[in-house]
Amino acid sequence: MIATEGLSKRFNHFLAIDHIDLNVGKGEILALLGPNGAGKTTTIRILSCILLPSEGKAWVANYDVVEQAAQVRASVGVLTEHHGLYNRMRGGEYLDFFGQIYNLGQVLRKANVSQLMEQFGLSDYINRPIGEYSKGMRQKLALARALLHNPKVLLLDEPTSAMDPESSRLVRGSIRSLRSEERTIVICTHNLAEAEELADQIAIIQKGKIVALGSPTELKRNLLGPEEYEVELAQPLNGYNPILPKETDLVSSGMNWLRFSTENPQELNPVLLRYLLQQNLQVVSLKEIPRTIEDVYLQAINTNEPNEITNY
Amino acid sequence: MCIYRQLIPMSQTKLQIINNLQPALIVTKREVRDQFRDWRIVFPVIMLTLIFPALMNFTARQAVRFVEKYQAPIVGDRLIPFLLMIVGFFPISVSLVIALESFVGEKERHSIEPLLCSPLTNNQLYMGKSPAAMIPPILASYLGITVYLAGVHLQIGWSPPAILLVQILLLTTVQAILMVSGAIVISSQTTSVRAANLLSSFIIIPMALLIQGESMVMFWARYNVLWWIILGQLLITGLLIRTGLAYFNREDLLGRELDVLNLGWAWSHFKHALLGRARTISQWYRYEISQAFLNMGVPIIITSIVIIIGIIAGSQIAKHFPLPVRLLSFEKLNQGFVEELEAIKFYSPIGMGAIWWHNIRTIIIATLLGIFSFGVLGLVVLMLPMGFIAYIASNVAMSGSNPVTFLVGLVLPHGLIEIPAIILAGAAILRLGAVLTAPAKGKTIGEAWISELAQWAKITCGVVFPLFLLAALIEVFLTPQIAVWIFSK
Repeated sequence: MIATEGLSKRFNHFLAIDHIDLNVGKGEILALLGPNGAGKTTTIRILSCILLPSEGKAWVANYDVVEQAAQVRASVGVLTEHHGLYNRMRGGEYLDFFGQIYNLGQVLRKANVSQLMEQFGLSDYINRPIGEYSKGMRQKLALARALLHNPKVLLLDEPTSAMDPESSRLVRGSIRSLRSEERTIVICTHNLAEAEELADQIAIIQKGKIVALGSPTELKRNLLGPEEYEVELAQPLNGYNPILPKETDLVSSGMNWLRFSTENPQELNPVLLRYLLQQNLQVVSLKEIPRTIEDVYLQAINTNEPNEITNY
Repeated sequence: MCIYRQLIPMSQTKLQIINNLQPALIVTKREVRDQFRDWRIVFPVIMLTLIFPALMNFTARQAVRFVEKYQAPIVGDRLIPFLLMIVGFFPISVSLVIALESFVGEKERHSIEPLLCSPLTNNQLYMGKSPAAMIPPILASYLGITVYLAGVHLQIGWSPPAILLVQILLLTTVQAILMVSGAIVISSQTTSVRAANLLSSFIIIPMALLIQGESMVMFWARYNVLWWIILGQLLITGLLIRTGLAYFNREDLLGRELDVLNLGWAWSHFKHALLGRARTISQWYRYEISQAFLNMGVPIIITSIVIIIGIIAGSQIAKHFPLPVRLLSFEKLNQGFVEELEAIKFYSPIGMGAIWWHNIRTIIIATLLGIFSFGVLGLVVLMLPMGFIAYIASNVAMSGSNPVTFLVGLVLPHGLIEIPAIILAGAAILRLGAVLTAPAKGKTIGEAWISELAQWAKITCGVVFPLFLLAALIEVFLTPQIAVWIFSK
């Protein structure tokens, strides 16, 4: 549904995005992560046919963003970085205006407006001026605008920014249900937990280049190494160096715990437990050391020089 | 059969136009509705529609009474139509503010971005937003005119001739379109309302000059001239719409994020455009100046035509305002003429420098005026001396003397160099002024303007000023001698 090949954008002498290759299938969510000014919004703007690429190609909903811009725009719902609402308009009136722009019939428009206002908990504010809306309500209204014409592709720039936790959860739920409706979604976000929760693929962009791309599990494994586990023992080790199975590596150990990594936890963790029991080491617990996308992100940003794309 | 075949494509075209206009109309409706919700727009419009015309009624009544006391009814006769024009103009001046707010204001508040993501084409967005900025002020203007006319009719029984009313309505409408289309060009180059307001002086100053000119026409009661003014404004509006359409595109609207006055960049761009690859002065003349001449054909023709018009106008004016014959006795030039010039140190480098500087100063003034008036006022300034020479020559002819002798003796020796230099300078000014009305492919207006300024500098500093120096040399040391020699014969 979304594909880019060597996509680049140059503003005078500044290379905003540099040979980006993406491929997002139907019903998939791609999260674009990266520091401010990395090129995320520029990528979204090219995919939504606001900016023209300086180099490379991009297809959205199987339409070329340069040659078939009109079709792309009709197939895409965009939540812009700034919600850009008209403060003097009423919420319902605003959505109706965009419904007209997207050439929706009056009946469909009316139905979609009330359904979306209800979905985002804005029904009571349908006739209130947008100027009276809170930040979160505005963000939800902007998201409703992006969904109004039932687009196949959604490009969401910071969808939950400025929202309270409850609203964020509501929006994340909506995004998940949109994925289940076989829509392709690209999210730009600084909320790494959100990216991990929602995304099938994560692309980390730095200085216009993709420095890491893959599923959250792939990224963790490839950037942070094999998964790590910690075993808590019933008694202190007292300097004893336990023998571990061949394919596990001891990472560190303490008074009554040891931490190891393994490529194949399903097979090796039970073996390791047997080994420990055979050495009369009573195990209290075995748990995976949690590794977040934040670790991945920091690893990618701090270690990757943006001159090579690392595909995982 | 033939008619049937013609009807099908026509109706399809019609349908296409309607389909194109419909989304634009949606945008227009929203914006107009939004404006009527904004007290900052509604309040001045009401003031200018209802209160200002009433004030003008009062002014007109008082003025008529006052001038009648002194048997000068002509002043009142001219004042009432003049106030009609002013009543029409004031509300439409709001259209400039609305247009800047609508275009660059939306850009600044980022509310234009969702529209840019929508299926609206750039032209539909342009066509939707432009009328929205014009319709309320134009309606307010028409209403103001109605209120003023009703008041004047009831109080002093004056009604305008139908043709004058049509002219004023057309003038008002064209001015609104002109300001809005200019505002759109400005808006496409800035990202903040503040910057746009500063740049709007490029519209306000020419409009103020235009209104002054129109006021003279109204007081002079040469209403036919209004047709030419309307036509001229229509032409400029057409050019501005063309430029606006070229620059009003998604890429240009969101491609620039900041209004930074980058003097370093501007200087290096100017230097590069001015010097090109030339390393020596001779290379500069050989390559850069000759290259600059390649683009001067049409502006030279236009400037020449304008100067010819100035000459014709000068000679026509001479018929209406002849000079006393005693002032035209050039035959006595040999009696003390040289001595008088010697007394004021005319025959010296100082005299030559004074003439040279006078000409340079004229070109600088013409350039500054040209920048703010799409080149028009610059040409007017350069047209004046030619008109003056024609005026004198015609007077010489009317006094029974030979104008050719006057021209050969007093004008042509240095004029043969000075007049082509003036035409070149006018052409460069015209190009510099007109750069705002012609979209430059792949360049911002700023870039295009700086490039054109460099072209102006090449022609003016590289050719015109040296020619003026040569002309001043001839004017000081040769022309008086030739004049004395010719007129003493």
